[in-house]
Amino acid sequence: MKKLFALLLTLAMVLSLAACGGGKKEEKPADTNAPATETPAATGKVYYLNFKPEADQAWQELAKTYTAQTGVEVKVVTAASGEYNTTLTAEMGKSEAPTLFQCGNAQALLDWGDYCMDLSGTKVLDEMTTGDFNLVEDGAVKAIGYCYEAFGIIVNKALLKTAGYELSDITNFETLKAVAEDIHARSGELGFDAFSSSGLDGSSSWRFSGHLANMPLYYEFRDDGVTEQPATITGAYLDNFRNIWDLYIDNASASKSSLTTATGDMSSGEFKEGKAVFYQNGTWEYAGLIEAGLKAEDLAMIPIYCGADGEENAGLCCGTENCWAVNAKSSEADIQATLDFIYWVVTSDEGTKMMAEQFGPIPFKNAKASENVFFNDANAYMADGKYTVTWAFNHTPNVDSWRATVVSALAAYSADQSDANWDAVKTAFVDGWAYEYGVQNG
Amino acid sequence: MSKRSSSAATNGDLLRRPIQRCFPLFILPTFLCFIIGFIWPFLQGIYLSFCNFNTPRDATWVGIQNYVKGFKDPGFINAFKNTAAFAIVSIIIINVLAFTFAYALTQKIKGSNLFRTVFFMPNLIGGVVLGYVWQLIFDAILRRYNTYLTSNATYGFWGLVILVAWQQIGYMMIIYIAGLQAVPEDMMEAARIDGANRWQTLIHVTIPNVMPSITICTFLTLTNSFKLFDQNMALTGGAPEMMIAGGKVKMTELLALNIFSTYNINKNWHGVAQAKAVVFFILVAVLAIAQQAATRSKEVQQ
Repeated sequence: MKKLFALLLTLAMVLSLAACGGGKKEEKPADTNAPATETPAATGKVYYLNFKPEADQAWQELAKTYTAQTGVEVKVVTAASGEYNTTLTAEMGKSEAPTLFQCGNAQALLDWGDYCMDLSGTKVLDEMTTGDFNLVEDGAVKAIGYCYEAFGIIVNKALLKTAGYELSDITNFETLKAVAEDIHARSGELGFDAFSSSGLDGSSSWRFSGHLANMPLYYEFRDDGVTEQPATITGAYLDNFRNIWDLYIDNASASKSSLTTATGDMSSGEFKEGKAVFYQNGTWEYAGLIEAGLKAEDLAMIPIYCGADGEENAGLCCGTENCWAVNAKSSEADIQATLDFIYWVVTSDEGTKMMAEQFGPIPFKNAKASENVFFNDANAYMADGKYTVTWAFNHTPNVDSWRATVVSALAAYSADQSDANWDAVKTAFVDGWAYEYGVQNG
Repeated sequence: MSKRSSSAATNGDLLRRPIQRCFPLFILPTFLCFIIGFIWPFLQGIYLSFCNFNTPRDATWVGIQNYVKGFKDPGFINAFKNTAAFAIVSIIIINVLAFTFAYALTQKIKGSNLFRTVFFMPNLIGGVVLGYVWQLIFDAILRRYNTYLTSNATYGFWGLVILVAWQQIGYMMIIYIAGLQAVPEDMMEAARIDGANRWQTLIHVTIPNVMPSITICTFLTLTNSFKLFDQNMALTGGAPEMMIAGGKVKMTELLALNIFSTYNINKNWHGVAQAKAVVFFILVAVLAIAQQAATRSKEVQQ
């Protein structure tokens, strides 16, 4: 009985200690908040949770430069590929939460809107050349699009020439199909194939369940005048999706039943080694392709053609998921330090240079020109008056889950290209959308 | 007691009493860790299962709504069935094979130490690594038949059974070997003298004597298969994911992975995942206690 009593006493003591500890923690931000207004901004710290693993090194170096110049501590942490939201959730729960983070689409705004400070009237916003890529909610600028990206079909022009074609030969789906099928038929003698493998492993499937699926979504939304996330979709252009997917997998060296385990590295490897003429991906691939020894003059990016009416006038798919949001729940000092840091990134010589190298032409007044030929292609299409295919997939509800369902169905279809299996893709696409819309808002 | 000599008694009284009185002080560090690392998060977890929250700091009370939503999810029900089927199959396969191996390797055959080491080794590899390695193995085999692992739920299920059996049989085997070696030699000899054949000896002498090992091994395999996560995530990740009767089901998902993916849908589902986790805890606790009671009663005293 005594023992039990002692135990209970210990428990009470420990719990009260824990309670004290917890209470103190809650008060702390308030404590630091009050004097922050008097002390200079330099006391604040910046914690950036970076979204792009491939830009991690550049960010780390830039952070060091900034700290050396100003003495302000900048911590950059990069979430593993595909783990951003999980990492953000974990980090936001900590007392030292990120002050600068990524909030790139409607879904993210739904989750993190409370954490996004209204950036209206800040110095950094004044530096922007366009508001097109910003996320605005009820007049409040919740996140700013600090760069944009374009994706399409990357072409190795040298190989295309070897096969006897020019870039100008491809202007729509029919011509793309004719070129691809001819190259595939002669792949034995040419030593390369038309398309690099369309892997459906997690490291590659987003190129199709996300980017390629953008084509049917874009045309459907264009026809129906959809500008906000719809609760249901019709899948009116899914036959076009089937056309282009068939073209990808029928005219490649990869075996169709092995696509579930084929990775993104395998696909880019085939393109880098000159074993494929076409490779569907985006502007962000440029640095890697040049590093692998491909020449800038041999590279080009063309629109994804899928047989939609008038697609001869299509440009590349341009948009962004790269938007900065400043954590409204950080202390005043940290918020000020963060705003100063991003202002420096988009205005200073070091910052704009890094942004141009890593992210291409950024929508800020001081932006440096980019060497990335894919961006130049994107701009050329725009200059020619072709329509930009916007990122309709940003409206996808519960996006990871919706894509996973599409990938499963697409994998089954690839192993056996029957109509029944395509019906399952349609179900995943259309019914999946309605279901995930319910889940997202449920 | 009365056996104590007078000097020992003095020693005992002088030393023991203050120590006994101070015992809460001695257990305090460990107990503190236990509270911080286990009890507190557990209680907070139960509280959060009744809340709508994004991070634990901004929780608002919503009552049992999360539990209702959890049970309405067709994926959760499917994960329930998958886990139950997986637990039954893997408990039987792992324990029968582990016992067989242990029995064979205690029969004084050449190189039994080497075999024991080799069979134990898979257990040293992490679940995620195993998941990816086996995914490659299965896919390489299935490709010959023009199909792949995540093409249907059956392949994924049996793939997981094979993987987990391969990983855990060695571990359970070691426990069974220890149990078998502890069976008194005189009992075996007595059985032989009484004219019992090998089979009779196994059933009536050996197995009742290794009952404690069976208790431990079934407990471990039961809880392991319910808590299975890494292997499930790395091998199939729940794929194929299908729309069935208007609801979305990850065909090869087990409970732990279902809870994890529910949490990651968006902030509306954090509380639901937490509610599922509480249900999951109760289920595992009840099963483990029932299993302990059932096998304990069959143990014999030597």
